[in-house]
Amino acid sequence: MVKKTVEGSFAIAEAIKNCEPDVVACYPITSSSHIAEGLAQFYADGEIKEYIRTEQEFSSISAIVGASAAGSRAVSATSSQGLALMHEVVYAAAGMRVPIVMAIGNRALSAPLNIWDDWQDSIAERDSGWIQIYCENAQEAIDTAPQAFKIAEKVMLPVMFCIDGFYITHSVETFEVPGMEEIRKFLPKFNPKLKLDPKNPVSLGVYAMPTHYQMFREDVHRDAAASLKVVKQVHDQYGKTFGRTYGDGLVEGYKLKDARFILVSMASVCGNIKEAVDALRQKGMKVGLLRIRSYRPFPYGQVAKALAKAKAVAVLEKSYNLGGKHPLYSDVIGSFVDEKKRPVISSIVGGLGGKDVTVRDCEGMLKKLAKGKHFEVWW
Amino acid sequence: MIEVRFHGRGGQGAVTAAELLAVGAAESGNYVQSFPFFGVERRGAPVQAFCRISDKEIRIHQNVYTPDYIVVLDSTLLQAVDVSAGLKKGGVAVVNTNKQVKIKGAEATYCVDATGIARKHLGKPIVNTAMLGAFAAVTGLVKIDALEKAIRHRFEGELGEKNVAAIRECYEVLKK
Amino acid sequence: MIIPHAKVGSSLKNKTGGWRSQKPIFNPELCKKCGLCQLHCPENCISGVEMDKKVEERSVAKTDYDFCKGCGICAKVCPFGAIKMVEEEK
Repeated sequence: MVKKTVEGSFAIAEAIKNCEPDVVACYPITSSSHIAEGLAQFYADGEIKEYIRTEQEFSSISAIVGASAAGSRAVSATSSQGLALMHEVVYAAAGMRVPIVMAIGNRALSAPLNIWDDWQDSIAERDSGWIQIYCENAQEAIDTAPQAFKIAEKVMLPVMFCIDGFYITHSVETFEVPGMEEIRKFLPKFNPKLKLDPKNPVSLGVYAMPTHYQMFREDVHRDAAASLKVVKQVHDQYGKTFGRTYGDGLVEGYKLKDARFILVSMASVCGNIKEAVDALRQKGMKVGLLRIRSYRPFPYGQVAKALAKAKAVAVLEKSYNLGGKHPLYSDVIGSFVDEKKRPVISSIVGGLGGKDVTVRDCEGMLKKLAKGKHFEVWW
Repeated sequence: MIEVRFHGRGGQGAVTAAELLAVGAAESGNYVQSFPFFGVERRGAPVQAFCRISDKEIRIHQNVYTPDYIVVLDSTLLQAVDVSAGLKKGGVAVVNTNKQVKIKGAEATYCVDATGIARKHLGKPIVNTAMLGAFAAVTGLVKIDALEKAIRHRFEGELGEKNVAAIRECYEVLKK
Repeated sequence: MIIPHAKVGSSLKNKTGGWRSQKPIFNPELCKKCGLCQLHCPENCISGVEMDKKVEERSVAKTDYDFCKGCGICAKVCPFGAIKMVEEEK
């Protein structure tokens, strides 16, 4: 493992390369362009076997679905409108049970046109059957890349790992990128039981009549929900091999032990919340943070347990459900359906389209939630 | 934690300057973070880039609002942008200009004709590397050798050497 | 875990001939063994015209009524009027 000071995207591209993908297919789009460019550079240098330069994102994902169905380890990277354009095949990939992996540089959706960070693009694919992991920083994304392949190939479901655009993709920091040899010990070769093979012909992605269709979807649901165990297992195993862990792999608590007021969120803004928690703790406030790492499958049980003793909780999300209750907020509330008691749970939508959620903002949120009253605001 | 804000115009290399500073500062074991504020990405438009240097892990991900240092790559920005916005008490400014200017709110303003120096060594008014030399001389936050190493790594061959000459001269000028 | 797939040959079990409302009748007297109907059949159920052989060595076209859906394309493309569509008797 070598330490280097580089841009997050290039380090993530290197981590992906070290997982030895057979096929990469990308159409670069801000904010994940540099991941695609990094992978293209590795291809040009002969370190990646195949890189398909597609004419748009629908083709990128179609290409890697095909490659994966034929037994290849296949990967892409995209953002925002690119992921939206992939939408149709995003669902097909989960339904076909092809274990492809995508790095998502999170970015707002049009309109108005905006190239900056929020989670609308990946949250819009929430219901597709993909596993979604949200990373707090580029080091976590680097470490999540090999985990993503391993999880995908174990449960035969696609995985996207999500990285805040610009905040993480374009930040130059010092990272440790695990080498190919080290990853080989952690991530076995992809060897699917069923694949497109001329010696044993089958067709994948066939149609299903009303009598069977629902059964297939239910099967994906069951396996996706059960994959909580695998996400955790793979994370723990990675931690043992490489010495870096992120909470329990599903959620990460920060100063939760005696916390009465807890902010729940995901991704890079959690670094700012940690600073805010420390600042307010110095003033004697019992505040804490619960970071969701595995958004799908959602760790309902772990969330309910972590928040059980809190008086009030607020959910900060860079996503929304216009005209409804917001996605992460709904999931946190959903965690308490089987509980007799639950804390006051409030909702904050913030940071849309790159609107900076500063440490000061986070302190403000914690102070507001410490009043103990329910609120639903756009910060 | 030290926060540095670079002000430049699109194409002048403010983003690269922030990155090279981070790479140079990491060399001596610091935690670093540099990133651009992407606005309208057009040549000539005012741009900002940030760099954080710390002896502890850097957890925050937000723009720099209260810098300890500001580096101005283009003196015409002084009329167009409030470069000293949020500058901390005791904050220091390093400005590329052939005049003597004083930045309002800065404890000290260091002026250097980086354009002249860059023209001399590179034949072009691209001042980002030269200004890093000035920054290193004024602040001592980063070793000039580490910056030179970072520059040689980034720009191969002759171009690297030209940039190193520019950064050297800027460093020497302000060291005096 | 179920991976939705179909094994090769599964469509052979699904005999679609029963979907027919009209039936193509091949007249061997008029057939010149050109093979156009065979190339156009969307179900790939017309056979007999060995396209790699000389015309005089080929057999006349015939269809497999187990799978012919009666679409009528063969009758439409035949330059010699050798295929007639007739109502299916039920």
